[in-house]
Amino acid sequence: MNPLVKNSLLFALVGVLILGTGIVQGWNSALLILNMGLVSAVMALGVNLQWGFAGLFNIGVMGFVALGGLATVLVAMPPVTEAWAVGGLRVVGGLLLGAATIVAAVMAQKRLRGRNKIIGTLAIMIGGFFLFRAVFDGGVQAIEAVNPAVSGNIGGLGLPILLSWPVGGLLAAGAAWIIGKTALGLRSDYLAIATLGIAEIIIAVLKNEDWLARGVKNVIGLPRPVPYEVDLQRDPGFVERAASIGLDPVTASTLYTKIGYAILFTIVLLILLWMAQMALKSPWGRMMRAIRDNEVAAEAMGKDVTARHLQIFILGSAICGIAGAMMTTLDGQLTPGTYQPLRFTFLVWVMVIVGGSGNNFGAVLGGFLIWWLWVQVEPLGLGLMNILASGLEDGSATKDAMIASAAHMRLLTMGLVLLFVLRFSPKGLIPER
Amino acid sequence: MDVLNALVAFANFVFVPGLAYGAQLALGALGVTLIYGILRFSNFAHGDTMAFGTALTIIGTNVLLGLGITFGPLPTALLALPFGIGATVLLVLLIDWLVYKFYRDQKAAPVILVIVSMGVMFVMNGIVRFVIGVDDIRFADGERFIITARDFRNMTGLDEGLAIKTTQAITVVVAFVVVAILFWFLNKTRTGKSMRAFSDNEDLALLSGINPDWVVKVTWMIVAALATTAGVLYGLDKSFKAFTYFQLLLPIFAASIVGGLGNPLGAIAGGFVIAFSEVTITYAWKKVLTYLLPDSLAPDGLVQLMSTDYKFAVSFAILIVVLLFKPTGLFKGQSV
Amino acid sequence: MSAPFLIGDSMTGGYGKGPDILHGCTIAAEKGEIAVIVGPNGAGKSTAMKALFGMLNVNKGSVRLDGEDITHLTPQQRVVKGMGFVPQVRNIFTSMTVEENLEMGAFIRHDDFRDTMTQVYDLFPVLKEKRNQAAGELSGGQRQQVAVGRALMTKPKVLMLDEPTAGVSPIVMDELFDRIIEVARTGIPILMVEQNARQALEIADKAYVLVQGRNAHTGTGKELLADPEVRQSFLGG
Repeated sequence: MNPLVKNSLLFALVGVLILGTGIVQGWNSALLILNMGLVSAVMALGVNLQWGFAGLFNIGVMGFVALGGLATVLVAMPPVTEAWAVGGLRVVGGLLLGAATIVAAVMAQKRLRGRNKIIGTLAIMIGGFFLFRAVFDGGVQAIEAVNPAVSGNIGGLGLPILLSWPVGGLLAAGAAWIIGKTALGLRSDYLAIATLGIAEIIIAVLKNEDWLARGVKNVIGLPRPVPYEVDLQRDPGFVERAASIGLDPVTASTLYTKIGYAILFTIVLLILLWMAQMALKSPWGRMMRAIRDNEVAAEAMGKDVTARHLQIFILGSAICGIAGAMMTTLDGQLTPGTYQPLRFTFLVWVMVIVGGSGNNFGAVLGGFLIWWLWVQVEPLGLGLMNILASGLEDGSATKDAMIASAAHMRLLTMGLVLLFVLRFSPKGLIPER
Repeated sequence: MDVLNALVAFANFVFVPGLAYGAQLALGALGVTLIYGILRFSNFAHGDTMAFGTALTIIGTNVLLGLGITFGPLPTALLALPFGIGATVLLVLLIDWLVYKFYRDQKAAPVILVIVSMGVMFVMNGIVRFVIGVDDIRFADGERFIITARDFRNMTGLDEGLAIKTTQAITVVVAFVVVAILFWFLNKTRTGKSMRAFSDNEDLALLSGINPDWVVKVTWMIVAALATTAGVLYGLDKSFKAFTYFQLLLPIFAASIVGGLGNPLGAIAGGFVIAFSEVTITYAWKKVLTYLLPDSLAPDGLVQLMSTDYKFAVSFAILIVVLLFKPTGLFKGQSV
Repeated sequence: MSAPFLIGDSMTGGYGKGPDILHGCTIAAEKGEIAVIVGPNGAGKSTAMKALFGMLNVNKGSVRLDGEDITHLTPQQRVVKGMGFVPQVRNIFTSMTVEENLEMGAFIRHDDFRDTMTQVYDLFPVLKEKRNQAAGELSGGQRQQVAVGRALMTKPKVLMLDEPTAGVSPIVMDELFDRIIEVARTGIPILMVEQNARQALEIADKAYVLVQGRNAHTGTGKELLADPEVRQSFLGG
């Protein structure tokens, strides 16, 4: 079969799955899957850039996604002026002091020699740490005391939430720069472990630094780029139009907002996909793949492998950051407690590998397909268990256990899908050309 | 007297917990380092292997308790441990045969094996959830303390108490015995030496007639035993929760890299380095300092360098420093 | 004249599915003799030896050990048959002690190998002195002795050395050659690839000059040293 036909069929299959969901489970469910599928596709594009183009093994996707989520709060929430007044200056000052300490320590590390180097660096680090804590802690306490039930944090800038998407990308890029500077150029396993670590730390910061985004108290009620359902339902014009196509106002309004998100997400996905395709075909993309396939030869030809890797690592992480901001926007709230590596890092990897690493369309396809599967495994598993257990008496222990186990099907299925694809079709559904 | 009190407080809150946690990490890191040395990849499923072994041990414990069998003052889980180890050995051997062997025969790149281990991680995680669910489970029974803080105070007349939990003592003793057996095995037995030879120089080992399949099998068996033991000790000391075990991957990897990947001695040292750093940095030193410093200098705050929620950051920071300045680890590992 | 103890008879072959590197090349080693393979860089010297040891595909021709056809055996099986092989690089277990290296050499043996170990220590006294030291901590020459000693532990019927003197100083090289002659005197035929052609030819009972995977000259070491063409092309006049 001609690859174009095959690929079109694969995308058509995804379309059929989503449409089928709409018919069987209702259009709201279908649109939810579509929207998260779009976000997943963006994440998969980012990971594919790193792994498929450059062979970089990043398993800290969750961290970059969470930074994108943080960006929505910092950009779109209204500023808490009182918090800024009581502690803003101290917190900013403390952070600047902390940054200055690290810069000074790095400089000392580079300039000093012999025993002075260790003593000097340590002295700067320890002194700087206590100075940082002295300035920073007071500010944090003051901020967190401000109306803790609803805010207790510094709030954001009160700008349109769409702006947070690129800002999320920038935050993720900044974190990627720090990680890349230290761990790139080492063995691939080390980058993996370093990224795994940074992701855990980012989540820990989000959970514990209440002054920033309220920690586990969550930030709810993020501004939205699309209208609110209640407003639509109050709008007589909208109600009339809904009635004209035979829908009740509530259903129509929920579908309308979801379609709004879908359109926004599709635009982002198409832009990023176009950019990734252009990059892949450009001399830069060819060089990346040359480096991936033979690092030694590329280095011998005078390519600065580490610098190129840093570049693509930052770009890929930035895309994950954008996706993270999109996702938090869709949710309308930032809930740091819900970030799980299995869901936000490893699942994206399954998407990329199943879709076809090294192929942007493959990554997008994997994003949709695996997301659909992730959502549907539980109902499908439940249905399966119900059929299997139908011969058993209602309320019997075995039947209950079988039905309860359906809830745990997800991870097992994802693992098996990953292992089967790696074994029998390691290039994925849409292989690299 | 104040100095003694300070020492006791230090031992109670830093040294003893750090020792137990270090022993648990060391056992975990030994498993990671052995897989790396022999099979030459970083096994991301290790945390879930620990979880599986522990889950099976808990089930065994419940069966024993159901039969009315206990281990006197010691946790019943220790009696069920061989069962947990046996089940885990069977599982990892099955997984090796079904999954890893294919890639080994292909001589696949290590990074492919790492991704494969990610798939195995998902599957094992799923199995653990099937077997025992996602809840927090405490399964330590028997005596809770060897010595309680109050007994210690009464005995010594000091203001500070030193409590030693049974699980802490068991952890240290069991870890010591396991490590002694492991090193005896690696250094004195024919199979153990052939494993070291295989890890050192695979081609020459093959040339010398060492059977790679047997080496790999024995490695998996040892790793399963180490992982289960580490998991059960950790679970006895704290509690069992599948997700926590997955999160232990980071400190365990940090420990094995800090020690030098592929070097068993390094894994043990790395485990204790990570554990003591974590405990030291997240402990509130106010009490110890109040005893040691004159009243005028006594600290107002908690003197806690970092909140306990940032313990991952500690392993991570140590990991980064070692990677930057001594990528082969404190003890010479195999990797560059 | 009886058939040679080990012979690679008109071998043609190469690595994997790659092009042929050897073209009808014949190498043989007789009992009690030292045979050397010399030749310019890229002539296929090491390849010829690896072909004898089963590390690449021999498409045409055959390898026979003591009259038995072993062309299709794996290297491991050849070790069991009595071939000892010392690779050029990575030929010791660096993290293990000297004694453990020797033990690993004897891994396929299930009998008591202490006698053999004593013999190896007699042959290389410095190894006995350092037997509890990690092999990786030894000097270059000592490491080569460990490597040869390891191969001797199986009591091989033939010993093959791939450039044993690569990267060691001239003095150490002379000493190594002396030891190799001593090993040969114990009756083990030795086949070795050498970069240092002149010294190698001096101790060789039989020598093969390979050029582009083909036999160019064959003779005793002395004959080849005296051959003006060989002198001109490979020994710098």
